[in-house]
Amino acid sequence: MTFLYQLINGIQIGSIYALVALGYSMVYGIVMLINFAHGEIIMIGSYITWYVMSQMGLHPAIAILAAILFCALFGALIEKVAYKPLRKSERLSLLITAIGISLLLQNTAQLIFSANPRMFTNIFAGSIQIGSRQFSNATFVTIIVSVLIMIGLTLLVNKTKIGKAMRAVSEDNDAAQLMGINVNHTITFTFSLGSALAAVAAILYCCSYAQIQPTMGSMLGLKAFVAAVLGGIGSMPGAMIGGFCIGIAESLTKGYISSQLADAVVFGILIVVLLIKPTGILGRHISEKV
Amino acid sequence: MNHESVQNNSAYILDVTNLGIDFGGLQALDDFNIQVKDREIVGLIGPNGAGKTTIFNLLTSVYQPSRGNIQVTGRSTKGKTPHEVSQFGIARTFQNIRLFKNISVIDNVKIALHNGMKYSMLSAILRLPSYWREEKAATKLALELLAVFNMQDLADQPAGSLPYGAQRRLEIVRALATNPKVLLLDEPAAGMNPSETAELMSTIRDIRDQFNMAIVLIEHDMSLVMGICERILVLNYGLIIAQGTPEEIKNSPVVIEAYLGQQRGE
Repeated sequence: MTFLYQLINGIQIGSIYALVALGYSMVYGIVMLINFAHGEIIMIGSYITWYVMSQMGLHPAIAILAAILFCALFGALIEKVAYKPLRKSERLSLLITAIGISLLLQNTAQLIFSANPRMFTNIFAGSIQIGSRQFSNATFVTIIVSVLIMIGLTLLVNKTKIGKAMRAVSEDNDAAQLMGINVNHTITFTFSLGSALAAVAAILYCCSYAQIQPTMGSMLGLKAFVAAVLGGIGSMPGAMIGGFCIGIAESLTKGYISSQLADAVVFGILIVVLLIKPTGILGRHISEKV
Repeated sequence: MNHESVQNNSAYILDVTNLGIDFGGLQALDDFNIQVKDREIVGLIGPNGAGKTTIFNLLTSVYQPSRGNIQVTGRSTKGKTPHEVSQFGIARTFQNIRLFKNISVIDNVKIALHNGMKYSMLSAILRLPSYWREEKAATKLALELLAVFNMQDLADQPAGSLPYGAQRRLEIVRALATNPKVLLLDEPAAGMNPSETAELMSTIRDIRDQFNMAIVLIEHDMSLVMGICERILVLNYGLIIAQGTPEEIKNSPVVIEAYLGQQRGE
């Protein structure tokens, strides 16, 4: 039974990693940038939800909507202010900028909210008994919501014009423009969508792990990044598979070996993937454009 | 020029005057003029490096010109992005095929149909009738366009898996899907055998007749150029050295010199 319990835990945290990893992968697919500020969007989403819910005393549904909207706009803003001016420059400059934005946001949050952890009230209180173990409702809400979002996202990317525009831009930016696709809008939309997913992930995460603090995004973001690399960065199904794999690996390590080793296992996976199959499980082979 | 009537003040679908571009110190193109009428087929020939593809890149705003003016269907392309110029009614294919290789054939075409699709994000998420209606119409139109080239049966295959000739044809279909008034073809016959080239020639004429558009093509295959172009421009080192009907070009000493070198003992 322990295996089943750990598996459920693993799927829960894995679906959160998957949501965040999708943001990394979509953005990478479209502008070839590892958006290291993506983890900070999680932190911002958590604080917005907490603030609207606990400080302003509004209904959780309003808090959730506010967080998603704010993060979507904020993601687009970061792209416009920080990345767009550098679109034609070397990829290294973009990467350094992303790290800079990440530090800026962390420290700004520390100034505004102080470094002290805040308590986040579980929106989905209550629990379900499975065997001898109690599982929080949040566990199942997390899994169900994430799976629904992933289905919706897959439909969006495959069946709608904006989804097709995203795929076209990620395959060949110039050719897409010449087919009448507004590349700037498509990139902005991708950042917004990724950030909205991060906000959802943030809320789900906080319902299970109640503490929020300015640096919470970096570890969660890094693990989701490992998930994206494991699945094949740039691939959306890859990000989903990678997320679940990392979550389950982490949870099984906690259950059977030692909870202190969980992070080591996750980053160990990153090293092994980079050594053996750098393109990840579903990664496309990157042929250099000449 | 009267600036108030910039719209539609030109009798030409494509009106280019004094166009030039420099790359650093290199003058890649200078004093290029071309006026293309509706339903005209114009050929652009010249030795490698003469600046032919550069012209296509300028016409589609991939490059911004250093000098000169471009009007597409009466509208100036100055400062416009490639996607805006595409909406003016200009479309192109590429010398080295640039399809969306991992995307299905039909979606390649539907992506290019974007301009005409008006449903909102919200109606796509909620799957409102407007979404279904437009998606269905787009699918139908895409299949009709593919049928022009007998490619409707390949609709669900990834574009990258098609044989070379079919990929070239798909590029033309994709360009047609943007509903252009001028179609720019960059070496459409490259890599084709003589019978495929002959077929392509009749297809290009069919496209012109069926879709009522002007066609400008770059090509090294002289049988194709001489066979279908009504007018030919010859480019060398970024300058027009000759223009005229296929007959005139064939017998032009300047052209022969550019291609074969100067004759001895003149």
